[in-house]
Amino acid sequence: MKILVCITNVPDTTAKISFTEDDTKFNKSGVQYIIGPYDDYALARAVELKEQLGGSITVMNVGEADSDPQIRKALAIGADDAVRVNCDPQDSYFTAAQIAAVAKEGGYELILMGRESIDFNSGVVHGLVGEMLGIPSFSPVMKLDIEGGTAKFAREIEGGKEYLEAPLPLVLGCQEPIAEWKIPNMRGIMTARSKPLKVVEPVAVDDMASLEKYALPTPKGACKMIPIEEAETLISLLKTEAKVL
Amino acid sequence: MSVLIFVELDNGSIKKTSLEAIVYGAAVAKMQNSTATVLAIGPAATDELSKAGAYGATKVLHAAASELNNENALAYASVLADAVEQEKAEVVILPKSGLCDAMSARAAAKLGASVVSGVTELPDLSNGFKVKRAIYTGKAFATVEVKGAIKILGIKKNAVEATAGSGSAEVMTFTPALNDSDFVAKVISQEKASGELSLNEADIIVSGGRGMKGPEHWQPLLDLAGALGAATGCSKPVSDLDWRPHHEHIGQTGIKVAPNLYIACGISGAIQHLAGVNSSKFIVAINKDPEAPFFKAADYGIVGDVFEVLPRLTKAVLESK
Ligand SMILES: Cc1cc2nc3c(=O)[nH]c(=O)nc-3n(C[C@H](O)[C@H](O)[C@H](O)COP(=O)(O)OP(=O)(O)OC[C@H]3O[C@@H](n4cnc5c(N)ncnc54)[C@H](O)[C@@H]3O)c2cc1C
Ligand SMILES: Nc1ncnc2c1ncn2[C@@H]1O[C@H](COP(=O)(O)O)[C@@H](O)[C@H]1O
Repeated sequence: MKILVCITNVPDTTAKISFTEDDTKFNKSGVQYIIGPYDDYALARAVELKEQLGGSITVMNVGEADSDPQIRKALAIGADDAVRVNCDPQDSYFTAAQIAAVAKEGGYELILMGRESIDFNSGVVHGLVGEMLGIPSFSPVMKLDIEGGTAKFAREIEGGKEYLEAPLPLVLGCQEPIAEWKIPNMRGIMTARSKPLKVVEPVAVDDMASLEKYALPTPKGACKMIPIEEAETLISLLKTEAKVL
Repeated sequence: MSVLIFVELDNGSIKKTSLEAIVYGAAVAKMQNSTATVLAIGPAATDELSKAGAYGATKVLHAAASELNNENALAYASVLADAVEQEKAEVVILPKSGLCDAMSARAAAKLGASVVSGVTELPDLSNGFKVKRAIYTGKAFATVEVKGAIKILGIKKNAVEATAGSGSAEVMTFTPALNDSDFVAKVISQEKASGELSLNEADIIVSGGRGMKGPEHWQPLLDLAGALGAATGCSKPVSDLDWRPHHEHIGQTGIKVAPNLYIACGISGAIQHLAGVNSSKFIVAINKDPEAPFFKAADYGIVGDVFEVLPRLTKAVLESK
């Protein structure tokens, strides 16, 4: 089976977010980058499916050269080759169009993504890509098995789960507990160096949206500490002061 | 030109976040001198849907074909795109949810529309069409210029207040063509907690961490939630350990919530947990460790043992009623 896994290159979940150049650029200095945590689940399940069923895994990213360490890590975890579309994506539609172009070329049966990116948190790229390719998309998927040409999977719905079956090809946005995150081993890291990473230029897409300026949330005021002896006063404060009860 | 608003239904009534979406859409319509039309899909009574008028909509399109009874994002997206074309809508508003994200994405690709998810404020139309949206899991915001001829926006909870005025909307049946390709997936089964308040909709959430010590100790938390009419959530280790169901997992890798009040019980306040709750209006932290990081993110704090504090709070809530 041919699987495409789409990964984002994002600041570590503990990174302090700040901006430079009059709040128009993300401040990368001192920020550690990781594979998006949801994308990492997608990759982990792809590796397990390949072990089970054979085939190959292509990993792709729409991003600049600073994504390469994360792409290499994905290769070390078990992807066979990689494509990077060389640009700084600012909009989901644009990103999806790049992924759809690569996917069309490769003829994949399964396209796995994360439930959402942790920089844009849009949760829309899988749906966009699915529609652009004319195939179904589902998210968030928390369990996935492939039997013949059919995917059997569980999707989280509000307040529970739904079990589905659908014919391939499919686009799926993944989340835990679909698989456990995988850590690359030494052999993986060695072989990753020689696996192919193709860099391609983006296809042209109409300008749909652009980022103008960033802002940080207004900092929280100090926390009002309520002595344990007077714990009950919390309820009256929530009523009269916060007015949320 | 018009504004189209998709609303989610819960047992035939319009959900609260969807009422906010109507208010948002009606406000945009007013700015643009156009009208606000609501699209509802699935079973609902006409007089429930006509309530959309009290929030600013002039009419409601109701697609009620029985094939649409199950929330099928693929089919719903096709219905949405049809409605956008019929109404010649240029702005399309949806509340942010899993269903709506999938619908807006697929409809955007069908229509060649811009799609922006996680919008937190009304747009600025003074120079182009600009919206503010949450990014980096609530740790920052971005102003985005939306440039497509059709603009699809996913609105975060509390972007506007859903206050009802007067008025009632005209409800019309909407009969879109259904495509077989939207029904290729077979739903084998569903496991759904019935009658449970969803985290996405809840105004108050009481949430527990590893400090709750085990699933058998959850009752005091459930009691407080019951007294407050709150939904319940948990930290990641708690759902990883199967103390609570996975759909209660809040945070960076779980659900992002935006209630008016979030009460954290025995949760340390790791940055990945805070990422899921930082859009809450007020946060209360209860933790026996005065140094717990949650106190830095909270508005009110109590240093103490959850098993002592929770029953006392429940009693205080019940007595104040
Ligand atoms: C990539 C990544 C993503 C993650 N995503 C998430 C996420 O989405 N959501 C999430 O929650 N976590 C997430 N985590 C995990 C996160 O880092 C923390 O480990 C987790 O939030 C801790 O959960 P906790 O606060 O319940 O447990 P602990 O850190 O063990 O804290 C328990 C707290 O309870 C207090 N306590 C103990 N007993 C009592 C008592 N009797 N009364 C009062 N207080 C008591 C303790 O003082 C302590 O502060 C993620 C981590 C990573 C690396
Ligand atoms: N720049 C990108 N490169 C590769 N994949 C991406 C990119 N942006 C988003 N994706 C994929 O789409 C998923 C959903 O992203 P989003 O719609 O931004 O929340 C992510 O988890 C990734 O799998």
